[in-house]
Amino acid sequence: MKKIYFDNAATTHVDQRVLKAMLPYFSNDFGNASSLHSLGQKAEAAVLKTKDIISDFLNCKAEEVIFTSGGTESNNTVLKSVFSDYQGHLITSAFEHPSVLDTAKFLNKRGVEVTFIKPESNGVVDYQKVLKAIKSNTRLISIMYVNNEIGTIQPIGKIGKELAEINKDREKKILFHTDAVQATYFVPMDIVRLRVDFLSMSGHKIYGPKGIGVLYIKNGIRITPLLHGGHQENGFRAGTYNVPSIVGLGKAISLLTSSEHAKEVVKIKKLRDSLMTKVLKIKGVTLNGDKISRLPNNANFLFKNIEGESLLLKLDMEGVACSTGSACASGSLQASHVLLSIGVKPENAHGSLRLTIGKDNTIRDIDHFVDVLKSIVKQLRSFSPLR
Amino acid sequence: MLYSKKVMEHFKNPHNLGEIKNADAVGQVGNPICGDIMKLYLKIKDNKIKDISFETLGCGAAIACSSMITQEAKGKTLDKALEINKDIIVKKLGGLPAPKIHCSMLAIEALKKAIKNYKEKK
Ligand SMILES: Cc1ncc(COP(=O)(O)O)c(C=O)c1O
Ligand code: FES
Repeated sequence: MKKIYFDNAATTHVDQRVLKAMLPYFSNDFGNASSLHSLGQKAEAAVLKTKDIISDFLNCKAEEVIFTSGGTESNNTVLKSVFSDYQGHLITSAFEHPSVLDTAKFLNKRGVEVTFIKPESNGVVDYQKVLKAIKSNTRLISIMYVNNEIGTIQPIGKIGKELAEINKDREKKILFHTDAVQATYFVPMDIVRLRVDFLSMSGHKIYGPKGIGVLYIKNGIRITPLLHGGHQENGFRAGTYNVPSIVGLGKAISLLTSSEHAKEVVKIKKLRDSLMTKVLKIKGVTLNGDKISRLPNNANFLFKNIEGESLLLKLDMEGVACSTGSACASGSLQASHVLLSIGVKPENAHGSLRLTIGKDNTIRDIDHFVDVLKSIVKQLRSFSPLR
Repeated sequence: MLYSKKVMEHFKNPHNLGEIKNADAVGQVGNPICGDIMKLYLKIKDNKIKDISFETLGCGAAIACSSMITQEAKGKTLDKALEINKDIIVKKLGGLPAPKIHCSMLAIEALKKAIKNYKEKK
């Protein structure tokens, strides 16, 4: 059976070129990048080279780049470090990834004031609402660049610009963080234009390895490390450098600046647009999130009178991998907090399906999927007592 | 969340699916936790369940439990049918993941409700 992978927001496969770049660093050039001997130096050189690649990509300085175990750690580090004394005020959104949302709730329990900005019904945060929430004790604003479920793009550059003005009059500057894990592959990642102080990235959403990520920390900001130990990363983050994964991440990021990548993005958008048009023609289907301010690979639908987990299982039996925000599929039996935050009712969130296209998908995948989907939808609706 | 082979079998090929026109009893329940809906149709003769079918809007487990309860209840007297409990359904399905146990309770409730409706009507 033909396998179709439409879950690239969950994770991507490792690009063969990335894998190839990583391989020498497992058993041949396995040195500890902190060792002084030549094997260690070789590893250190690989780490430093990757920092150059990433700083070029982000338009920042190499020493502003630190490696973490992924997006989750980068996000935790920023929030827990800025509020290490559990004081002050945090502004974030109601539809962040759990690695921000749950950290914010954790801090809130310990005394940090938190404002959760509700996104508009199109899945985009109103930047003016963010600015209006600023108080005298506000220390950090953390808003994701792209939402992982509905793919909507947030006005990070706009908030950054306005915040710079506001900060001119403040003695204690408000810091600005963005979780750019879902954005990295698709949208401009220029720090100077985004005007952020912190930015999180992850390897496995961009055809790199899992368990590796980046935290950009603007020069001059001292943070309290999440992990204490050795003197790696200038004391910002302890732990032996994960050299193979660092090299892999560097390779994955270097591929994002090629002309081949630009073509991939165009192709992916075409496929997604075709998918959207075809699926929206099915009766009782609507789109979640803005149509325009949206990642080119993301489609998120609501199916009337269908439950998402059974839809997902049926699709899986036909070789299609995707995801749902249905409460039934969540383990916690909670409907997706993202869909609820944009005003979708829990009983409707039930019928949600997220499809995220990748660079290896083809128009044949889309057409085959739409055929399969139509017959499954018909079948599941025939199971339902609702008509 | 991994489903047993038995659950997947019933999910793929549910038994007794669909509506029974002119049913003698109907029981519909909604799941307050996740919002699913389960509906059972019964044909009853001489206090026995002659025929039974279901319609369900719900997860894989909910569909498998619906299928299993119709299979279990078919041919039983009403009193015997009322003795079917969630443990029997779960066991017959080769187990259910912990968050899915409530889907089996939903099936039991739907059957109870259908039988209650029938008795009240008489
Ligand atoms: C928006 C967002 N932030 C953070 C993460 C976590 O990244 P990681 O899996 O590298 O910990 C993810 C991915 O799951 C994500 O989509
Ligand atoms: S019906 Fe929702 S979890 Fe089973």
